[in-house]
Amino acid sequence: MSVPLTPRNALVAGVIGILALVPIYAAAGGNTFMISLFTRIVILAIAAVSLNLIMGFGGMVSFGHAAYLGIGGYAVGILAKEGVNSGFLQWPLAVAASALFAVTVGALSLRTRGVYFIMITLAFAQMVYYVAIGLDRYGGDDGMTIYKRSQFGGVIDLSNKTAFYYLCLALLLAAIYLVWRLVHSRFGMVIQGARSNERRMRAIGFPTYRYKLLCFVFAGMLCGLAGALLANHTDFISPALMHWTRSGDLIVMAVLGGMGTVFGPVIGALALLVLEEALSGITQYSQIILGPLFLLVVLFARGGIDGLLVGGRHG
Amino acid sequence: MLYLLEQCLNGIQLGMLLFLLAAGLTLIFGIMDLVNLAHGSLYMLGAYFAATFAALTDSFLAAVGLGLLATLVAGMVLEVIAIRPLYGRDHLDHVLGTFGLLLFFNELVRLIWGPAGLTLSLPPEMLTAVQVLPGIYYPLYRLVIILATLAVALLLYALVMRTRIGMLIRAGASNREMAGALGVNIKLLYTLVFGLGAALAGFAGMMQAPLSFVQIGMGENILILAFVVIIIGGIGSIRGAFVAAIMVGIIDTIGRAFLPDLMRHFVSYSAGSSAGPALSSMLIYTLMAAVLVFRPEGLFPAAQR
Repeated sequence: MSVPLTPRNALVAGVIGILALVPIYAAAGGNTFMISLFTRIVILAIAAVSLNLIMGFGGMVSFGHAAYLGIGGYAVGILAKEGVNSGFLQWPLAVAASALFAVTVGALSLRTRGVYFIMITLAFAQMVYYVAIGLDRYGGDDGMTIYKRSQFGGVIDLSNKTAFYYLCLALLLAAIYLVWRLVHSRFGMVIQGARSNERRMRAIGFPTYRYKLLCFVFAGMLCGLAGALLANHTDFISPALMHWTRSGDLIVMAVLGGMGTVFGPVIGALALLVLEEALSGITQYSQIILGPLFLLVVLFARGGIDGLLVGGRHG
Repeated sequence: MLYLLEQCLNGIQLGMLLFLLAAGLTLIFGIMDLVNLAHGSLYMLGAYFAATFAALTDSFLAAVGLGLLATLVAGMVLEVIAIRPLYGRDHLDHVLGTFGLLLFFNELVRLIWGPAGLTLSLPPEMLTAVQVLPGIYYPLYRLVIILATLAVALLLYALVMRTRIGMLIRAGASNREMAGALGVNIKLLYTLVFGLGAALAGFAGMMQAPLSFVQIGMGENILILAFVVIIIGGIGSIRGAFVAAIMVGIIDTIGRAFLPDLMRHFVSYSAGSSAGPALSSMLIYTLMAAVLVFRPEGLFPAAQR
């Protein structure tokens, strides 16, 4: 199988190369902050990839995607607090809890479309946020420290920063591959068909509601896994994990990198978080630059970074 | 019983504030087809303006008047500079663009007024309680909020249904091309409507300010509640927004006040104390879900959409 050398493929290869070399670079420079930053980038990239699946390919603009980060994170945190430290139990439960929430929210919100969908997903995510604030036993508003990372019985030690980073990176690459396969399967074609013209898809016999719901649930599960990773990364959970601006950030990542491309969100996550980091080094008022930048991206660079490379809109 | 009545009034008061926000949102959505996440920023700006003018003029009324004017102007300037290019784009673009604006405004306020927040204090004659029913006293200022927002709601109704501008607004909402073709200055109309929505949001912000605190991000949580109101009431319907706002206000307030106590009767005391607050915050979202199941378009769907 030969891959043509287009600017896009070169960028993808470059980014994967950089991500793979981060721990080596960090070790050489003795820069532990860098590996922490990139672990965060990789984890949020998984979340952005999952959001992009429903938003970029399915046309379902979810403004509540951070809720799954919270659900995944709280699943790990709550189990850890109750003395269950096995990752073999924690992670599947995090994913299952996310799936359950996604089924409920999806079943309700997919009955509507457009603006309703945006607002409803936002509202349900806010509900989870308030529920987390109400959980006094698990830290309430202040959040709670996780004293022991998920245990995988000697298979992998998550407290080893490099091992944890590579695990996250492997999961990101697996997620991208999975989403890529999904998008190019018959299932993915139906989802994309429903985005361009749902009525026509229904007319030719596809129960689009069920397809979209399944896609929505899958994205939620993937993001729940990212939440479990994030809780392990920060050793801490708090309602801030799923603050609604976090959902906004995820949308920005997906759009910034180029919606409707499988790899775009990774570039978006990398660009946004590195930019945030760089700006916070210059000024404490970084959002005053970032905010208008989002607006400019919307107005002038609709295809995101990927669109700039390919030079035009695509699909 | 007394406590219940007081909480009901508090609920109505919250509902009225929600209505001010939701009316602006739904007006802007109904006419310009724009989703505006930065609406909460205008709520915040209103409160900051009022607090600043109150410090300058030493008069609460002057502060509210000047604050309203300032929010109106800020809204119109915002529309011309940043919102106008977003018309006709898809909703994702609106969400992203106005999300950027929201971050910008939060940071701008931090830059101008500092991170600490301000207070807006009431004139002393507002601090008393009045007898609403024999033997039942209620803070005068909260009553003033209810009456003032009710007056604003009536004014809004009169403006939209009884004046020439209102006629143009309704014309623009039902068919913007046709209204434009008939010589209505659509651009100006949009700017005016956005300014009106901004002023409504700003008014809500400055009414709420003396009860809590003027701080960064104060408009965000209430904005999401306003979204819930709009979803329940039906997008684009001011009447629906009014009914839903009162419903959400009362249910949220009563739920928070009584559900934890109620739960303690049914489950153990500690379980009730810990699960109560979590559950009561879910109430209005449950209501929203129920409305979605039975009437996905909301209780009062706007007819033409």
